[in-house]
Amino acid sequence: MAVVRWKPGFFGWHRDPFTEVDRLRREVDNLFGAHGRGIASTAGVFPALNLSEDEDNLYVRAELPGVVPEEIEITTKENNLIIKGERKIAAEGEKVSYHRREREAGSFRRIISLPTRVDAEKVTAVCKNGVLTVTLPRAAELKPRKIEVAST
Amino acid sequence: MAEKELQVREKQEVQTDAEHTMPGAVFTPAVDIFESEVAITLLADMPGVPSDGVTIDLHNDELKVMGEVESQGSKNETPLVREYETGRFHRHFSLSDRIDQDKISASMKDGVLRLVLPKVEKAKPRRIEVKSD
Repeated sequence: MAVVRWKPGFFGWHRDPFTEVDRLRREVDNLFGAHGRGIASTAGVFPALNLSEDEDNLYVRAELPGVVPEEIEITTKENNLIIKGERKIAAEGEKVSYHRREREAGSFRRIISLPTRVDAEKVTAVCKNGVLTVTLPRAAELKPRKIEVAST
Repeated sequence: MAEKELQVREKQEVQTDAEHTMPGAVFTPAVDIFESEVAITLLADMPGVPSDGVTIDLHNDELKVMGEVESQGSKNETPLVREYETGRFHRHFSLSDRIDQDKISASMKDGVLRLVLPKVEKAKPRRIEVKSD
C-alpha cells in the first residue's frame, strides 16, 4: 500500500482525486493480469493466441503441445479465423498409477476477427514443436504499394 | 466419455528466490507423472522447445527438466495481440533413489517431452509372504 498524501478539501480532509484515479487504474490492470508486460487479458477461450503482423502477412500463433496437425481444423470466413481441434492424451495402460496429472485433454474451438482483410486462398498453417503458426497474407489491394513519381 | 472443452490456463511463471542469470521469463510446464512396475514416466508440455533444446539433469536424486524455446516469429513482426508469453521452461522434482540412471530415455514430440526413468531391479515390487507360525 502506497503512502497517500491527504489534502484538506472543501468539506474537510479527503484524498487527492488524481492519486485515487491512478490507484484505481493500477488495480484494474492487476485484475486483468497486465503487469506492464504488454499482455492483453485473454479472451477466456482456449487456445490463447498471439497475433502479429508485418508488411505482407498477419500471423496467428497458439501453443498446442501434443496436438497432432491432423486434429487441427482451420477455416476462414469473411474476416474471421476459426481454429478448431482436439487434444488427445493416450491412455498409458491399466497398470500405471498417477502421481500427477496436470495435462488436460479436450476439444477447442476459437474464432478471432482479423484486423485486416486477408487473401483466404493463400492462408497457410504450420505446426512445429507444438506451436501452431497461421500465416494470413494481406489482401492484395491492402498491401502497401510504392507509387513512382513520373517526371514529364 | 462426453467431450470436454479445454479451458485457458495461464502459463505459470517459475517462482523462485534466486535470480535468473539469463533474461526472459521462465515457466513451469504442466506434467503428468505416472508409475508402472518397471518405470516412472514423466510427460511435460513444453511448446516451442525443439528436441535439442531439452536438458535433463539428474543429480543427488533431484531431477531437473529444462527447455529452451525457439523464438516465435521474426523481429520484423509487430505484435498486435499478446495473450500468452513465451520463455524457457524449468521444473525440478525430487526422486527416490530407485532410478537406473543409465537407462533414462527421453523424446520430444509436438512440444511434449516424454521422459522414461526405469526403476532399478531391486526396487521392483516383491511380494512378501506372511508366514504363520
